[in-house]
Amino acid sequence: MMLLETKGVTKRFGGLVAVHNMDFTEEEGKIYSIIGPNGAGKTTFFNSLTGIYRPEEGTITFDGHMLIGKRPDQISRLAVSRTFQNIRLFATMTVVENILVGMNNRLHQNPFGTLLRSRAFRDEEDKAFKRACELMDFVGLKNVGDELASSLPYGGQRRIEIARALASQPKLLLLDEPTAGMNPHETDDAIALFRRVRDELGITILLIEHDMRVVMGISERITVMDYGEKIAEGTPAEIRSNPRVIEAYLGRGAAAEQLAESEA
Amino acid sequence: MTKKPSFNLFSFIGGLYHKVSSGRNAVIFLAVYMALTSLWVYFDSSRSVIVFLLFLATVLLIYKLKLSHRTKVIFAAVLALVIVPIIGVRNIFYLEVMFQICVFASLALGLNIVVGFTGLLNLGYVAFYAVGAYLWAIFGSQQLNMLHQIPGSAPVGTPFLLAPDWFYLFAFLGLAVAAIVGILLGLPVLRVRGDYLAIVTLGFGEVIRVLANNLDKPINLTNGPQGITPIQQPTIPQGVQDVLNAILSPVVGHTISIGEFYNLFFYLAALLVILVIALVVIRLDDSKIGRAWTAIREDEVSAVAMGIPLVKMKLAAFAVGASFAGIMGVLFAANRTFVSPESFDFMQSIGVLTMVILGGIGSIPGVIVGASVVVILNLQVLQGFSLFLNDLRQSGGVIPIINFAWKDLSSQLDPAKYQRLLFGLILIIMMIYRQAGIIPAVRRKRMQKAGQAPLQPQAEVKPTVEDSHDAA
Repeated sequence: MMLLETKGVTKRFGGLVAVHNMDFTEEEGKIYSIIGPNGAGKTTFFNSLTGIYRPEEGTITFDGHMLIGKRPDQISRLAVSRTFQNIRLFATMTVVENILVGMNNRLHQNPFGTLLRSRAFRDEEDKAFKRACELMDFVGLKNVGDELASSLPYGGQRRIEIARALASQPKLLLLDEPTAGMNPHETDDAIALFRRVRDELGITILLIEHDMRVVMGISERITVMDYGEKIAEGTPAEIRSNPRVIEAYLGRGAAAEQLAESEA
Repeated sequence: MTKKPSFNLFSFIGGLYHKVSSGRNAVIFLAVYMALTSLWVYFDSSRSVIVFLLFLATVLLIYKLKLSHRTKVIFAAVLALVIVPIIGVRNIFYLEVMFQICVFASLALGLNIVVGFTGLLNLGYVAFYAVGAYLWAIFGSQQLNMLHQIPGSAPVGTPFLLAPDWFYLFAFLGLAVAAIVGILLGLPVLRVRGDYLAIVTLGFGEVIRVLANNLDKPINLTNGPQGITPIQQPTIPQGVQDVLNAILSPVVGHTISIGEFYNLFFYLAALLVILVIALVVIRLDDSKIGRAWTAIREDEVSAVAMGIPLVKMKLAAFAVGASFAGIMGVLFAANRTFVSPESFDFMQSIGVLTMVILGGIGSIPGVIVGASVVVILNLQVLQGFSLFLNDLRQSGGVIPIINFAWKDLSSQLDPAKYQRLLFGLILIIMMIYRQAGIIPAVRRKRMQKAGQAPLQPQAEVKPTVEDSHDAA
């Protein structure tokens, strides 16, 4: 079953067409990737999916809902969650609080229960706190619940961001360059974590990634973007040998060489 | 480790404080401190600021000492309901100070929700206070019965519109009306962000003041710049007065007049309101709502992507913040029996903002302390200094060396006029040296409380100051 389906999505900024006529589908329970050179429109496409930008043309269907025209918070409530390319945590809140904010949609506390500290309110807060602790365990954060999010090292902040995204119980998780700036060891851990998110929690994942080791290692399908357009789509093996992809990444000369090699 | 032989005053005081900071010692220390300072204030006829500050420090001690929740409540109740009324009725000035502290602390708590928690700079906050004040001023006076008279020309003996005890209902109406005005302002305003929001709210604050100033025509709704007076105060039953007089007059040494009863009444009313407000703020802060507000302050894009409805939560912040100002506005109007547009100018908004910044943006105990400090500076320090200069003028003395007669000192130098200078200085100094305020905001430590904190002791746990005292 297709969880996410976009047809002809186009986003313009003035005269610049950042995303052009993007068709994309992702099946439930899979890990897909979008790759492409800098400025190819990958993040703009993510922002269009999550409602931060409103595309001028096209349709986006997620789990039976039309997403275009919905606000980011409404889309989040439909169980799409994301992380950001340059980490955007709530810096002066603690790690636990960051994760609790991710849970906001799933909490039913009303103002009166909050003011009166009703039983239902307290039970829900306790449960939320326990769940936040579980999520911290899940992403491998230890003994940092009370630390301010900004005080953690880079890798830790990436993990908090994923835990926060998971807290909203998404069906689809969008990860925007989640391993950028990580060393090889941290990257391996991250790959393992993404697998566990899919296998243990059953969450569909869509990645934007530059690190080919990550992309080739875990993606079931890869979509390649260049200048706002989709130029190729396929399994990692197909993408690796696609001349248009090589051209986009390495330039025309390199592509010709590669072609000559393969013909020889 | 060798100990320095030299005597260190700070460590000495720290050590003393540590000895009395918890357990039975703390109870005894607090009781003795409270009794001594109360007696001192009671017998101090010169109204010394320092004595009063020492007395007020009791509140901080109650807050800081490690006592059980119940003990703290008992001490606070004795202080607020027994000692302050006695001291205040003996010297009515103190009740005025306490009333103003309660009023401005409530305003600061309300503004703190908007500026501190949600991060929306509101420079027109006093407008909501004006809305509350004018609400009771218009309905609680003769104003609505002289809509068609030119200001100042109303016949003597115009009847009041409502009975005085409608005040209680209007306190809640003030809350609601200010909240609605907050939402109405918020709807168009929240499209703009940051600096632009500050400018728009500044304009809104001025609009409300100018409306109050000019709505004396075509129909005379606000009586224009002259303001509305008299505004009714709720009745205090004769029985209650008699009982209180029987109890209090021997203690304070004179029969209590009706004016003093009103001072006492408004102090208690303002105290009740601020207690409720503080509780509301604390509970909201520690819930889904408060977390959403802080998330919006930290990163709007990220917050909305996490499913927080921005407009709804910002409007909620505006409404809650405004409602606190609304109810205090009603109390203020009744307390003064007079309101005029002058009380709600831009300086008042800046004043409340100064309290928030001084105390600690986003910090609940901080802004209460900030409000207290600014009120005391205004009412006691500056006025005390004014009186001192006046005495010098009348003494006929001259400043030696430059041979300048005190009586020629320009009245422009009257310290009571230094208020703006003071606000400015506070803002500059705090921004340079201590941006987080007197009592910086801290995040709640949930893990510790849940007992899940460090499962295995961490390597770099340093002994805290308290620990090292224990060892000594």
